This record gives sequence, C-alpha cells and structure tokens, in this order.
Amino acid sequence: MESVGSIIMYAVVALTIVICSVLAVTTRKILRSATYLLFTLFATAAIYFMLDYEFLGGVQIAVYAGGIVVLFVFAILLTSRPGHDSEKLTSRSRRTGLVAAVATAIVCGWSLCSRSALMAGLPQMSNPDMKLIGARLLSSDAGGLLLPFEAVSVLLLACIIGAVVIGRRR
Amino acid sequence: MEITALYYLLPALFMFCAGVYGFITRKNMIAMLISLELMLNGVDMNFVIFNRFLFPGSMEGMYFTLFAIGIAAAETAVAIAIIVNLFRSKGNVDVTGLNEMKF
Repeated sequence: MESVGSIIMYAVVALTIVICSVLAVTTRKILRSATYLLFTLFATAAIYFMLDYEFLGGVQIAVYAGGIVVLFVFAILLTSRPGHDSEKLTSRSRRTGLVAAVATAIVCGWSLCSRSALMAGLPQMSNPDMKLIGARLLSSDAGGLLLPFEAVSVLLLACIIGAVVIGRRR
Repeated sequence: MEITALYYLLPALFMFCAGVYGFITRKNMIAMLISLELMLNGVDMNFVIFNRFLFPGSMEGMYFTLFAIGIAAAETAVAIAIIVNLFRSKGNVDVTGLNEMKF
C-alpha cells in the first residue's frame, strides 16, 4: 500500500511520459519535438529516482537531458529554419506507423500483463551508494565491470575523433 | 492501490511504441533520431524496472543502463555529425532525398 503522495507523484510522471512522448513524435515543429523529448527524459529520471536509483537518475539528467538534447537543439538550428513546419504526413506512412506501433504495443502489453503476477510488490532495497557503485565499476574481480568501463572509454574517444573527422569542413 | 511493476512498465512500453511510430512516419533525419532516443530510453527503463523488482540486491540492470546511456551519447554525437555533413552537401536532411551512398 502506497501513500497518496507517491501515487499522485507516479500519476504525474506517467502522464508526462505518455503525453510528451506522443507529442514528440507527432508535432510538426522539430524544435518542439526536441523540447518534448527533454520532458520525457526528465520524467524518466523521475522514475529512476522513485525506484531508488538516485545515481542513475542523476546520470540520466546530466547526460541525456543536459548533453544529448543540447546536441539535438544545435543540430536542429544548424539544419533547419526556425518556425519551419515539416510537411504533412501521407496517410500511407501514418497507417504503416500506426500498425507497427499498435502491433508492438499489443504483443508486448499482452505478454507483460499475462506475466505481471511475477512482480507483485516493490521489494525492499537500500539505495546503492556511490562508493559501492564506483568500487563495482572499477573492480576486475568476478562480476566487476572494469573491462566494459574501459571499452566504453575507448568508444567515447573513437566517437570524439570520428565526429570531428566527419563534421570537419573540407 | 499498490504500484506494481506493471505500472512502471506500461509507460516505458508506450514510450517505445511512440518511438516506433515516429521512426516510421518521420522524414527528417533529426526527428528520426529523436524517435530512436525515445525507443532507447524505453528499453533503458525496462532494464532498471526489472532489476528493481526481480533482483533488488544486484545492480546489473543499473549498470547496463549506465553503459547504454554512455553509448547512446556517443551514437548521437556521431549521427549528428553525419547529418550535419549531409546537410552541407545536400542542402536538406530529408531521408527521401538520400538514395545514393556516395554524394
């Protein structure tokens, strides 16, 4: 049994996710689409906070909402005139998209609903603290994540170089 | 009322489906990338929710999401570099106009 406050909190966050994700893919102004994406990402971070993963929520806000959305806004302002509407959808592409989305929703939603009894209540968990997360991330023991951590750092370096090389004016 | 895992999973599923719809219907490449981010975000939420509800003691889902966020940032940076470069040589970022690899 949850308190009334957490239920209201959940309802606000879930409604934000649903409404803003739909608006992000249906609005015809691309800059607004990026703004709705930002709200969706914030609501996702709120879900992480509600599930006690506070570090993950912070990372979500810092990297996604702070980094990726800014990148999107820069790219949009570089490649399109502000206030420019995208063209109207043809009914054929809209129908294809709706069919794909509804089919995904039905298949996944049915399989989720039929198995949801497995996950009844929210089990107790203490919020994983920074020390634990960092030690696990940099340990080379069994279950340690040093190798993926280093792989991601190499990937980020390659990505920086790649983005500079691709985006450079020739 | 108790908030079970399903209440968290259904918004994530909805986000994913919105991303699918946007990815198919959009013509602008940046809008497609935004839809892709929505889908990726829905999947990340799934990892976290399943970890929290089924295996609250371990943190595998959290780490997976952590790495996925990092890789998504890298992927977006490279994709936007490609899109800006395409815009420079083609003049627009419409996928329907891009039908040859070598421009």
